[in-house]
Amino acid sequence: MISIRVRKMRKLGTLRYTTKQGIINIGKNKMFSLASIATMAACIFLFGIFYSMIMNFQNMVKVAEEGVAVTVFFDKGVKDKQIKAIGKKIEERPEVSKVVYVSADEAWEEYKKIYFNGKEEMADGWKENPLVNSSNYQIYLSDVSMQSTLVSYLQDLDGVKRVNKSDLVANALSDFNRLIGFVSAAIILILLMVAVFLISNTITVGIGVRREEIEIMKLIGATDYFVRAPFIVEGILIGLIGSGLPLIILYLMYGKIIGYIIERFVFLNNVLKFLPVHTVFQTLVPVALLLGVGIGFIGSRMTIRKHLSV
Amino acid sequence: MITFEHVSKCYMEGIPALNDISLHIDEGEFVFIVGSSGSGKSTFLKLLTKELEPTEGTITVNGTNLRKLRRKKIPMYRRNIGMVYQDFRLFKDRNVYENVAFAQRVIEESNRTIKKKVPMMLSLVGLAAKYRSRPKQLSGGEQQRVAIARALINEPKILLADEPTGNLDANNAWDIMKLLEEINARGTTVVVVTHNLEIVEAMNKRVITLKKGVLMDDKYPGEKNA
Repeated sequence: MISIRVRKMRKLGTLRYTTKQGIINIGKNKMFSLASIATMAACIFLFGIFYSMIMNFQNMVKVAEEGVAVTVFFDKGVKDKQIKAIGKKIEERPEVSKVVYVSADEAWEEYKKIYFNGKEEMADGWKENPLVNSSNYQIYLSDVSMQSTLVSYLQDLDGVKRVNKSDLVANALSDFNRLIGFVSAAIILILLMVAVFLISNTITVGIGVRREEIEIMKLIGATDYFVRAPFIVEGILIGLIGSGLPLIILYLMYGKIIGYIIERFVFLNNVLKFLPVHTVFQTLVPVALLLGVGIGFIGSRMTIRKHLSV
Repeated sequence: MITFEHVSKCYMEGIPALNDISLHIDEGEFVFIVGSSGSGKSTFLKLLTKELEPTEGTITVNGTNLRKLRRKKIPMYRRNIGMVYQDFRLFKDRNVYENVAFAQRVIEESNRTIKKKVPMMLSLVGLAAKYRSRPKQLSGGEQQRVAIARALINEPKILLADEPTGNLDANNAWDIMKLLEEINARGTTVVVVTHNLEIVEAMNKRVITLKKGVLMDDKYPGEKNA
């Protein structure tokens, strides 16, 4: 019987050997490996750019969404207690990010500021607040696409007279967000398929180069795992290098590009709210590395299943 | 040890490479398989290594019915068989030590064991001093010795040699045959496929003759030709 210690040592030795063979495979097959790494790097680079763009767009859309408000007015004679109860119900809604109560006096002050524009004394003719029934809630949404759901809910509440909303802004923002998502998903999908194809091609050539060695391995009694592992290692390494390199380049470029845009388009500074590099990269790095390793694994596994029936 | 019962192998319908072969090879035997090209010698070896499946009949090796051997068990089965080829099949980019160690790595042996066993095996085949040489720095006979060391290091019960002297001059061919005889004397069953009748006659071992896939003769040492 082989002891557990001996078995562990054997496994470790095999792991070291197959990893080394995977690295040797890349070296033996330099041109194809380089082509695969370059394609993978291009894919992950584009993925990184799209990802950064989406993240930043989503952030900008979110900031814009936060500025879109639904206004709720109350029935005549509604008591303060009922208004507070309505406010509480609204705050409990998941799509609501912020609720601001505007009293009738505040509404009148705001109105004066907008319509009398510096000549507020002209409004002194009104002895009483003409907007006495204009107290309202301004509701800010966390997700604009939920606006119509919220509006139907609000319209059904007791004590609510009218709900003001802006369908145009809400729909435009959420449609734009969705469009960016679809377009980038489609482009990334095509690029990833190209990467899988190229890695598969590299592994096929690698198998061709080592055909005799594989044949001898099989006749000596190598298991499927032992024959296939170096090619899986090769695919994973190509994926890892191909995703690591563009991440470094993107990291170095991100700050410079953002700085350039802010500098060139000063007038858009209120709209262009960019995320800091670490916010984007804390998700991008694991996702891109996982993607690289995953594609390398899938590409090599697909190929060895096809060309290496042990 | 090795039993063929009415074994036939057809690559194309109606043209058998082996036709109704029945024979038995005992443990520890040294057997020559002879015949001209196309006689079915290589098919015979490929059936033994389970590279091919017989069209008909049963092959039993070491008590294992090869037809019933599951795919997953094939690597374990092959570890009991050592293979030596006419063209040596050594890796040109690796030295003698690495070529022999390769067989141990394939069966996932630990580095410690490999370091212990490879020098021992190289001593057995008389190449201990050349462990760092590359195959192209060796003579044909030496390369075949490396191939034999690689075939034997996993301690197989059976050694199959496919024309092991085919690429060697007479002196080297004799050296290799003596080495195979020595290995056989240590208890390994040796099956040698060859068309070198001079060596076959001089070795005085059991000789199985195939012709166009048919077993023509099975002669034990000392027996006269039929």
